[in-house]
Amino acid sequence: MQKTARLPRQSVAMKQSRRRENIAGYLFMAPSLLFFLGFVIFPMVMCLVYSFTDYTMTSFSFAGFDNYKRMFQDAIFGKALWNTIILVLISVPVTCFFSLWAASIISKLHDRTTSFFRCVFYLPVVTGSVAVTVVWKWIFNRYYGVLNYLCMNLGLISRNMNWLGDASTALGCIITILLTTSVGQPIVLYVSALNNVDQSLVEAASVDGATNLQTFWRIKWPQIMPTTLYILVITTINSFQCFALIQLLTSGGPNHATETIMYYIYYNAFKLQSYGYGSSMGIILALIIAAFSALQFKVAKTDNG
Amino acid sequence: MSDNIAAIQKKMQRRQANTGGDHSVHQITPYEIAALVVLIIIAILFIFPLYWIITGSFKNAQDVIAKVPVWFPVQPTVDNYQRLFARPAIRWLGNTVFLCAMSMALTCVSASMGGYALAKKKFVGRGLVFSIFVCAMALPKQVILIPLLKEMAFLKLHNTLWAVILPTVGWPFGVFLMKQFSETIPESLLEAARIDGAGEARTFVEIVLPIIKPGIGALAIFTFITAWNDYFLQLIMLNDTDVLTISLGIAKLQSELSNDFGLIMAGAALGSIPIIIIFLLFQKFFTRGITMGAVKG
Repeated sequence: MQKTARLPRQSVAMKQSRRRENIAGYLFMAPSLLFFLGFVIFPMVMCLVYSFTDYTMTSFSFAGFDNYKRMFQDAIFGKALWNTIILVLISVPVTCFFSLWAASIISKLHDRTTSFFRCVFYLPVVTGSVAVTVVWKWIFNRYYGVLNYLCMNLGLISRNMNWLGDASTALGCIITILLTTSVGQPIVLYVSALNNVDQSLVEAASVDGATNLQTFWRIKWPQIMPTTLYILVITTINSFQCFALIQLLTSGGPNHATETIMYYIYYNAFKLQSYGYGSSMGIILALIIAAFSALQFKVAKTDNG
Repeated sequence: MSDNIAAIQKKMQRRQANTGGDHSVHQITPYEIAALVVLIIIAILFIFPLYWIITGSFKNAQDVIAKVPVWFPVQPTVDNYQRLFARPAIRWLGNTVFLCAMSMALTCVSASMGGYALAKKKFVGRGLVFSIFVCAMALPKQVILIPLLKEMAFLKLHNTLWAVILPTVGWPFGVFLMKQFSETIPESLLEAARIDGAGEARTFVEIVLPIIKPGIGALAIFTFITAWNDYFLQLIMLNDTDVLTISLGIAKLQSELSNDFGLIMAGAALGSIPIIIIFLLFQKFFTRGITMGAVKG
């Protein structure tokens, strides 16, 4: 009797505390949720809506899949997509490999030296894309640049190169700068991941006579896999979004040799005011990035057994 | 460098001492020495652009366009800085500091509350809210700029610093990072506060905040640096000379006078030295922010 009488009361109390928990939860969430919904989710939804319209300065009407059809016939979009993919396919593996290599060396050094190297490799990120870009523009300059002077003196070239103005070298220049601005964060992450590797396993392996390389692949690599995956995803996202470098160095030129999707979106939306077309390219870019990230997760999972 | 080699040996010895191992002392392989040399050369390449900005900003008009590069300004001049400050460069710097400080403050308040709720409050829909936050982080930020511009124009905020601040605060990374830190709050402390009859607000201020303080420090410095360098967002939202940030100011100098390297370098120095100093002062917090913010697995 007593038991059955207490049960409902308890559940009332539980209901009350659950309600309290709900109210408190949403009150605490309110500020961040407000900013997030208002300035991230709402624009994302609107981007999807715009992509089905012919939104420009003068018109705004529903256009179905017209923008998407136009994209597949747009040769410059194709060129931009191709360049973006080259950029990603070069910069992502190089960034990941270099960061891991550098981290594996600097994580073994004296603590102060480790943090010195970490700072140095982070420097281009902190310096900011604009400051980094303008100084590189000077370094690459055809007449007054250090690079031409050095290459001439080393006998690598016979006359001053127009590095950024030549279709065959411009994209390479962009990728070089992109690499210096993207290894900072992966190195920080790898140093911390390598320091967290279970030392007793490493010791055991070396007692068993494993070489350094074997120890790395068999013991350390599986343990830092989650970090590698995260780095792959963020580096891919960053490379796909490479914009400031292009806008300040080449504006997509010469002859669209450095046109990337992000720059082409900017050009269409903010120079030509084709908001609808720009939005549809944005949606495609988001889908491509999502596909790449999903693929990386899948590959890494099967790799891990 | 010999210091470092000694350090490697010492670390190895310490590790062996810790595990009580008695096997042979770690030998410095030739590979490690070669790798360190290569790494030092690469490090010099990473420092060079900054060196070139600073020295370039003190070079006179002949030196910046000399056929043989002037590696160090023997006759330094402040002429570039004088010409820079003849423009509204101080205003640009002030705008940038205001923008970053505001973004930082608002992000820290909203994200610490939101992160705590996601970690410790079992409200209905928590899982859904959290997955939307994480998915949004993986999307390209710049894709939403077109509708965002229209939204800001509608709110009459276009061409004001708020047009940059509000989306920066809305970005989900902060909430995610603070959730990671809030996970470490012991449930027993919250339980004790509840039994003592402390209200939600008091629990948050007196128990939660002191525990997640290092996280807030990490988020603060991370937001400040990110906002300082978020060029694309600033470019879209700010047009008038009065509201430009220092990044936009340098870009403007570059597009107007592309061969006046001295002046441009002075601008680049003004735009990067303050943020580099802030980074160096708080780099411990910053590193922690990056590592804690990594989505694992």
